[in-house]
Formats: sequence, structure tokens, C-alpha cells
Amino acid sequence: MKITLNVWRQRDASSEGSFETHQLDDVSPDMSFLEMLDVLNRRLEAEGKVPVAFESDCREGICGVCSLMISGQAHGPESGTTTCQLHMRSFKDGDTIFVEPWRAKAFPVIRDLVTDRSSLDRVIQCGGYVSVNTGSVPEANSVQVAKENADKAMDAAACIGCGACVAACPNGSAMLFTAAKLAHLSLLPQGKPEHERRIKRMVEGMDAQGFGACTNHGECQEACPKLISIEFIAKMNRDYIKASLLPEHTSSELLKAQ
Amino acid sequence: MLIKFYSSTIGKKVVVALTGIVLLLFVIGHMAGNLKAFGGYDDKGVHKLDSYAIFLRDFASDVLGHSGFLWTMRAVLLVCLLVHVFTVIQLQRINSSGRGSRYAVVNPSSATVASRTMFIGGLVLLAYTVYHILHMTVGVVHFGGFVEGRVYANVYRAFTLSYVTFIYVAAMGFLGLHTYHGVWSLFQTLGLNTPDRHFVFINLARLLAVVLFFGFISVPLAVYFNLLPPPNVAAGVAG
Amino acid sequence: MELNARIPAGPIEKKWDKHRFEMKLVNPANKRKYSVIVVGTGLAGASAAASMAELGYQVKSFCYQDSPRRAHSIAAQGGINAAKNYQNDGDSIYRLFYDTVKGGDFRAREANVYRLAQVSVNIIDQCVAQGVPFAREYGGLLANRSFGGAQVSRTFYARGQTGQQLLLGAYQALERQISAGRVKMFPHTEMLDVVVAGGRARGIVVRDLKTGRITSHAADAVVLATGGYSPVYYLSTNAVGCNVTATYRAYRRGAGFANPAFTQIHPTCIPVSGDHQSKLTLMSESLRNDGRIWVPKEKGDGRPANQIPESDRDYYLERRYPSFGNLSPRDVASRAAKERCDAGYGVGPGGLGVYLDFADAIQRHGRKVIEERYGNLFEMYQRITDENPYEVPMRIYPAPHYAMGGLWVDYNLMSTVPGLFVLGEANFSDHGANRLGASALMQGLADGYFIIPNTIGDFLARNAPGGISEDAPEFAAVTDEVQQRLNRLVSLKGRRTVDSFHRELGKIMWDRCGMGRNAQGLREALQRIPALREEFWKDAIVTGEKEDYNQSLERAGRVADFLEFAELMCLDALNREESCGGHFREEYQTAEGEAQRDDQNFCHAAVWEFKGAGNAPQRHIEPLNFEYVQLTQRSYK
Repeated sequence: MKITLNVWRQRDASSEGSFETHQLDDVSPDMSFLEMLDVLNRRLEAEGKVPVAFESDCREGICGVCSLMISGQAHGPESGTTTCQLHMRSFKDGDTIFVEPWRAKAFPVIRDLVTDRSSLDRVIQCGGYVSVNTGSVPEANSVQVAKENADKAMDAAACIGCGACVAACPNGSAMLFTAAKLAHLSLLPQGKPEHERRIKRMVEGMDAQGFGACTNHGECQEACPKLISIEFIAKMNRDYIKASLLPEHTSSELLKAQ
Repeated sequence: MLIKFYSSTIGKKVVVALTGIVLLLFVIGHMAGNLKAFGGYDDKGVHKLDSYAIFLRDFASDVLGHSGFLWTMRAVLLVCLLVHVFTVIQLQRINSSGRGSRYAVVNPSSATVASRTMFIGGLVLLAYTVYHILHMTVGVVHFGGFVEGRVYANVYRAFTLSYVTFIYVAAMGFLGLHTYHGVWSLFQTLGLNTPDRHFVFINLARLLAVVLFFGFISVPLAVYFNLLPPPNVAAGVAG
Repeated sequence: MELNARIPAGPIEKKWDKHRFEMKLVNPANKRKYSVIVVGTGLAGASAAASMAELGYQVKSFCYQDSPRRAHSIAAQGGINAAKNYQNDGDSIYRLFYDTVKGGDFRAREANVYRLAQVSVNIIDQCVAQGVPFAREYGGLLANRSFGGAQVSRTFYARGQTGQQLLLGAYQALERQISAGRVKMFPHTEMLDVVVAGGRARGIVVRDLKTGRITSHAADAVVLATGGYSPVYYLSTNAVGCNVTATYRAYRRGAGFANPAFTQIHPTCIPVSGDHQSKLTLMSESLRNDGRIWVPKEKGDGRPANQIPESDRDYYLERRYPSFGNLSPRDVASRAAKERCDAGYGVGPGGLGVYLDFADAIQRHGRKVIEERYGNLFEMYQRITDENPYEVPMRIYPAPHYAMGGLWVDYNLMSTVPGLFVLGEANFSDHGANRLGASALMQGLADGYFIIPNTIGDFLARNAPGGISEDAPEFAAVTDEVQQRLNRLVSLKGRRTVDSFHRELGKIMWDRCGMGRNAQGLREALQRIPALREEFWKDAIVTGEKEDYNQSLERAGRVADFLEFAELMCLDALNREESCGGHFREEYQTAEGEAQRDDQNFCHAAVWEFKGAGNAPQRHIEPLNFEYVQLTQRSYK
């Protein structure tokens, strides 16, 4: 396959970036998108040029480090697929492809296609956990968890933190990311007692990172490589309204609800 | 508590949704009222549209005084509209700053014309609302012989002009889009949407958008294409 | 080099309890005076950093990824073992201990493995309390599945993403401590060396990958949880960033490296599709619960799989190992696949593949059940190969997956350098010569949550806090060495890409020190690796600047370390003149082609001591004493 690649090059967040065009004549349809970039980079290195910076690690769609806006689509054209699992057979011979970094205020560019997504970690720091110290826990089967809740929690917990939702959202919103973590923890009895405080802190933390708000375009769930549904955003909204406007439950009420 | 709630993006969205509901209910009522234009004249020779206006003015006047209901409604709507617009502008600022730089290539997957034009379309509707009040309520931009209280006559004379009909129809296009995305969004924003209910809400949004659009444009188009009788100038002075 | 394993005396089931009682404790008020560095944020590193911070120690945590959540533990699919015996199928701590020792072909330390089995039950409790969404039965209780090398069902799982969910649990615990200010997190930061001062590990030198800046960090103890070294083979199931640098640099500073030749080749991976391949993708071992492995009976049978009738198929695992069948341990299953392919029965391009067939399972359970169990894996397979595994059998081939070898540690998980602790895959301790499925997650979390928080206290209590800072001459000396090495790397402006060296090294290792090894091949490798290394330092191309974001330099540093480490692996493989677990020396096999151990001469861990650049490393041994498990020829028939 022949591919024309327009790759975004940018020194750092404070520099202007621009596209650089490369012609690749020998692309195998069995290559992954990143392997195609590898080929380009080895060629650039051999010519003594600085290769295109992009991130990848596990290359099996789970670590969440790979990104790339591929011709206007986060993680490229295939649904439920990360860039590292996207194969060149999804493109046609002679295609021209534009590759851009994730763009969002909360994701400043580090170099070329690499962005700083630590804002997502900071959202988690605002309460995206169950406060349980090592050792101080009950026997695993002492609390039953309804299967449908465990399954639903798993649907939400499948998030890989890649930031495609933010990148695809016209508002650069991290609501799907935040909502998924909140849903994961609040659907399980272990996460319930802290739920009200967690949701208030995490929403506040999310806003503080400079993410936009949701205007219900649904682009995030289309871009999500784990197909996480915006139903979790609705749930977050519902729970946030309740937690913010109703009196806070006492600890004993919450434990009873567990 | 409320201030903290409002300071969050979700809180703001909820405020937009709630004020949106009020505005939506008003718009539905307004549209239904407009259809009185097809009602013709009663046996006293008063047009149904005009008597509906009188009814609104006199409604609950024993409690609220002359035109009290009308003005209460106007006040409520004005407050909702201002809060709606003000909050949306705040959100829009947050959102455009959240995006940061623009993509060179944009290839939306699920965003619709409706969802992408919420803000611009909203501004158009705001401008249209101002025009519409000056046009049909105050009458200063009517330019067709506006007479206070002669609602049907005012409507009829307005829509014989092509540009007015065009403005109204175009604005109702925006209203349809705004309603479609707004209605489905409000269920999502208020947290009422679930996968099971999604089908109902999205279709309700579609239905309302279509009904409002056709309901509203039916009167101007009917006038424009001479499908309604001209106003009976002699009879029934309202006032 | 002294190898004192410090195994507590007494009966095996009492050792850990007794040891915990006998260890010195740090007064709760004094804990905050001690600082601990943890390198790596996988299951072992994240759980250790979080748990030690909970206790009150000042923790600094480092990872090369942009977020601690991305460590490669996240990619573990199948599950985590624990001796809960929820299925009432005869499981027990003792059985898990026994299975693990036997699975490791009797090359692991009994006391460590028993402790691992003991704390396995606590791990599940801990993870459930953190909100890990394990699979559940309809009644709300935890579900289990079977895994290779065991006849009981003791594996807990969260769809095909168990590693991800466990890591997110540990990551969340870590983030909680970060937000509490008890852990200072350094993401995008790669450890390049250990600083040893006064006979103790006192800190590390790191490179900030975003800026290229070199800094050093002093502490009272250093914990390495930096994973394994399978990318020495270039193609492996590991993340492309996984590397040996941290452990290899520690080895060069005096930490003994144990059993580097013990690597695991996982039997069920998607075969290579071309020269462009950058990594191999694992298909969870859990697939072997329902899939049947076969090759055609006829050599070079070119018919499509579905047209080969039952009578012309050789279900070689079921044939050779009737009692474990398709659930034979990994080393056995991998070797059997290699044997068939080498003999010319392989399928797919180049004959390097065998079929993993779900047709029977789909017929028995229906497509829906299979979809529920393995849907995401099937999708992944289809995405990569463009073949639909519901209709045609998967093609699989073994691929490097896990390193059983690692830095030698004693019962306290301390290396031969005092104050340098090693956890998880980075150490050598629990899996012997072969790791059983679903045991890596167990070991990582056991080390991090339950062992190191206890044992590090014993070390710290014996040493006063502080006493050294980053200004000390030892730090300056190491920083200087690191800078010089980086200068050398960044000045390489030759003709060959770093990647091509890595590929060539990988090919040497796969051919000569992979699934099958022999003295001649290893000797050849030991000739070729130094030559390749020399060429690397002359002719490699490294672009960009040193003090800058520079992926080219990052990669070059890692490959340079692999080029040294590979030699140690081959040396270890050559010196271990027996076959055991994943280490299969072709000269030492039974008449049936099974691994033949030599317990007389090799019932020990081989520990290598660095003797300076250019000098041969010295081989030490830690004899392994089996008091509970009887050494037998491993049989899965």
C-alpha cells in the first residue's frame, strides 16, 4: 500500500506546530498503525533526522498510552479499537492520513504527538479510590455483590485512561472518564460509603483541571476504545445532583445501604 | 450549597436544563395557542386568536389583577431566559477554553447539526425572540399596520411580507434543532437517561422538534399562501 | 558474595508468622523519618508504595510511563490464583504451594513459595475491598476458573482484564497516598543507576524523560519493582518499553542476578505476521479451558483447517498428556508446539503455528457462552489477524512472556546489596524454572501488599534514618558515570538504527537461548553478542539531544543494556547443564522428549556476581533444600 502521511510536529506546548508530509510506499495491510509509524521513524533515523515522537507501550490495547487523532478520529476509524490495535487494512491504498496529537487545554503537548495527560491522574487523586488500608479488610466473600452490578461496574472500570474521550469531545470534557470511575466505585458495595463525598470532590477536581463541560454530543463514547457508554455520565449527573442538593447521609446510613 | 452546586459544570448544566424545560413548556403552549389562527371567527365576529389573547389577559385577573397572569408569566419567562442564556455563555467559555487548540481535520462521529449548533442557534433564537417581541407584541418593527390587540390582523398582515415569513420559518428551523438536542440533552443532564429509556427520550425529542417546527410554521405559511381568510377589519375590537 | 537466604527455622506453615514476630519494628512515630524509593508502578511497585506510605514511610515512586496506571501488569489477562477453596474441590494453601513448586520444576525456594500461597488469600480480600470488579456468580459470590498446571479451580478473574483491574486497584491506592502527600510521584522518569554508599543502597539516579534532566534521589532503602526482561528477545508479549536497565544496573552495582536463563515462553500467542512486527500479542491461557490444540497429522497438509477431517488431526497435547491435556503447564505446551512445528506439522505462514480450535466448545456450550467467556479475546484476535475465530480455528505460536530469573533476594526480598529490595517479576524468588498461569499477579501483589511492608521495617529498624543526601560524593560519582554513558550514546552517529541491533540480538536469543538451547548454540551466541555490542557502540544511530525529550536515546540506553545482559543469560543457560521448566537444554531430555533435571548437580539457584566490565562474572549457588515437596520427574500425563 502507498500512504501519504501528514504528521503533526511540534517542539513543545509553547511552540507553534505544523504538519510534515511523508510518503510511505511499502505499507503492509497487516501492520498496525504504530508499526507503520515505526517504519517511518526508522527511515528518519537512518537519514539522521529526529523521529516523530509518539507514545506506545503495551501495543495490545490496554495500557492506554497510545493516542493519536487520525484524520479527525481519535484512535482512528475502527470502533472500539486503540491506535496500537488499528491495522493498516482499515485504510485504502493511496490514502492521505492526517495525524495530530490529542488536543485539549488539560493535555498540553510535550513533543509532536505526545501530550501530558497527568490531569487524568489528578482527577483520580480527588477520590477515585476506596479508602482502605492494606490488611484492614473483611473476607472477600463476606459481602455479596449482585452480578449485574459487578458486570456494570466492570463495564465502567474497563476505562484505560487514554484520554480519547477528552480528545474527541468538542469541549475537551473529561466527563466520560470521571463518570466511568465514579460508576465503577459506586456500583460496588465497597465503594458506596464514600460515594457522596467522592463525587463532589471528583467533579470539582475535574473542573479545576480545565476540562470543558458536556454538551451531549456523544463523541466521547464513539471514540472510547473500550466502548464506555455515556449512560455513566447520566448517572454521574443524577448522583451529583443528589449528593449536592440533598443532606449528606451519615456514615451509619451509608453503611446500612451497603 | 446552591452556590457551590452552580459553580460546578454539572450544576450549570442542570440550571440550563431546568430553565430550558420552562422555556420549552412555554414554547409548546405558544405553539398550541398559535393554532387558534386556524379557528376562524366566532358568532360575534371576533377571531379565535383574538379571543384567546383576551382570555390570557383576563386569566385569574380576580387574583392577579388586570393582565396580571400575563405579566407574571412574562416575568418568569424573562428570568428563565436570562438565566438560561447567562449560564450557557459561562459554559461556552469553559468549553471553548477546554478544547484549547483546534484540530486541522475534524471528522465527527455522533455529533449532529443540532448538537453542534446549540450555541450559535441559541444566539439566533435569542435575537429572533427580541425581534419577535418588537414585531408582534410591541409592534415597532411590524411595518404592516400594527394594531394593539388585533392579534389575527397583525399576524395576517405580517406574513403577507415574504421576508417576514422567511425569517419566521428560518428561526423555527433553529428552534426545531435546538429543541431536538435540548430535549434529549436535558434527560441526560438531569440524569434521567438510561439505556432502557434512551429510545423513548430521543424519540420524544424528535417528536417535539418536528411538532414545534411544523406547528409554528403552519400559520405564517398558511397566511403567505393565502390559505387563511383576511382579517375582518370592521368587527370585534379587542381592547 | 554471601548468599544467606535468611529462611526462618521451624515448620513451613509457621515460618512467616514466626518471622513476622521476630522482625524488628519501626516505632509508628519514627516511620515518617524514613524515606523509601520505589521504582516501578506495576502490581508490585504500586502496591508496595501505597502500603508503605499507609504505614507512614516517606515514599518516592518512579515510573518511566506517563502515569503509574500504565505499567505492564495492566496487560495480564487471565487471572490471579488464590487458595480460597471456594469451589470445595480440594484446594488448600498446601496444594497451591505444591502446584507452584512442582510447576516451577523444583527450582524455587520452598519457604518463599509457601508464604506466597499463604498470603494469596489476603490478596483477594484486599482487592475486593478496593473495588476490583471480579467476576461473580449469579448469587453474588466470587467466581473461579481453571488454569494451566492445576487440577483445581482457584483462579479469580475480571473478564479478560484481570491484570488491569488489579493494577487499577493498586494504582488507586497509590493515588490516594499521593493526594495525602505521603507518596511523591515521579512519572515519565527512568531509573538509570543505583547509588551504593557505605555498603548500602542509598538512592538512585534518574532521567526525567520529558526534559532529559538527570537528578538523583537519596533514601533509606531502595525497592526495585521493575518487571522482567523478555524484550531481550525483541519480540515478546511485554510492552515495548519493558527493559532490564534497572535490574541490570543494580547487578553491576553488586546485586546478584539469579537464574537469568529462566524465561517463560508462553504457548498461546498470535504468530508473527511480517518483518514489521513490533510485539507479539498473547491470547490468554484461559482459552485453553475450552479450546483444543491440534495440528494436521499429515506433514505440510495445505487444506484449510475446517476441511481437515477429525481423523486427520493430531490433538498432540491430549495425546501426550491425557490427564492435563490442553491445560498442561506453559513450558510443556510451548515445547510441544515447537516440537510439532520443527517436525514440519506447523500451520500458517512459515509453518510456525498450531491451531487452537473452539468448534467443539461452541457446539457444546453454544456461541453465546463462548462469547461471554472470551468475547474480548476473540475480537482482539480478529482485529489483529483479520480472521474470525468463531469460524476458523485460531493460529497460535509460543512467544517470550515472562522472566522467572531476576535479582536474587533473601526471604525478606532483599538483594545481596543491603537496603536494595526487589519485588515482583524483577526478583527470582517464587516461580523456579517455570511460572504457572495466574501466579505472576499473585506474586506481585503478595510482595507489594503483604511482604515488603513487613520486611522493610526490619531493615530500617536496624539502621538510623537519613545520614546521606544527594550532595554526597557517591551520588556525584554515579551521576557522572550516567552522564558519560549518555554522552557516549547521544554521540553515536553511525549507520545502523538501534532497532536493527535490537532485532538482531532478539533473533540470536530466540534461536540460541529460546525454547530449546544447546551448548553449541549458546557458545555461538556468546561469540556473537559481544561482537554485536561492539558494533552497536561504533555504528548505531542515536538522534536528538541529551537534555531533551528524546525517545531515540531512551531506546538506545535500554538496548545497550540488553546487549550486555543477553550475554549473562546465555552464560547461565550454558552453565546449567540440565533441563528444567522453561530452560530446555536439548542435550538433557528423556526418551519421550521431556525435560530431564539433574537434581544431583543443579538443584540450586545460580547467582551471578558482576566482576567489572570485561571480566567474566562469577557464578555462585544457593542450594535449594526440599523438605516438604518430594523431587520427582514432573509429569502431567
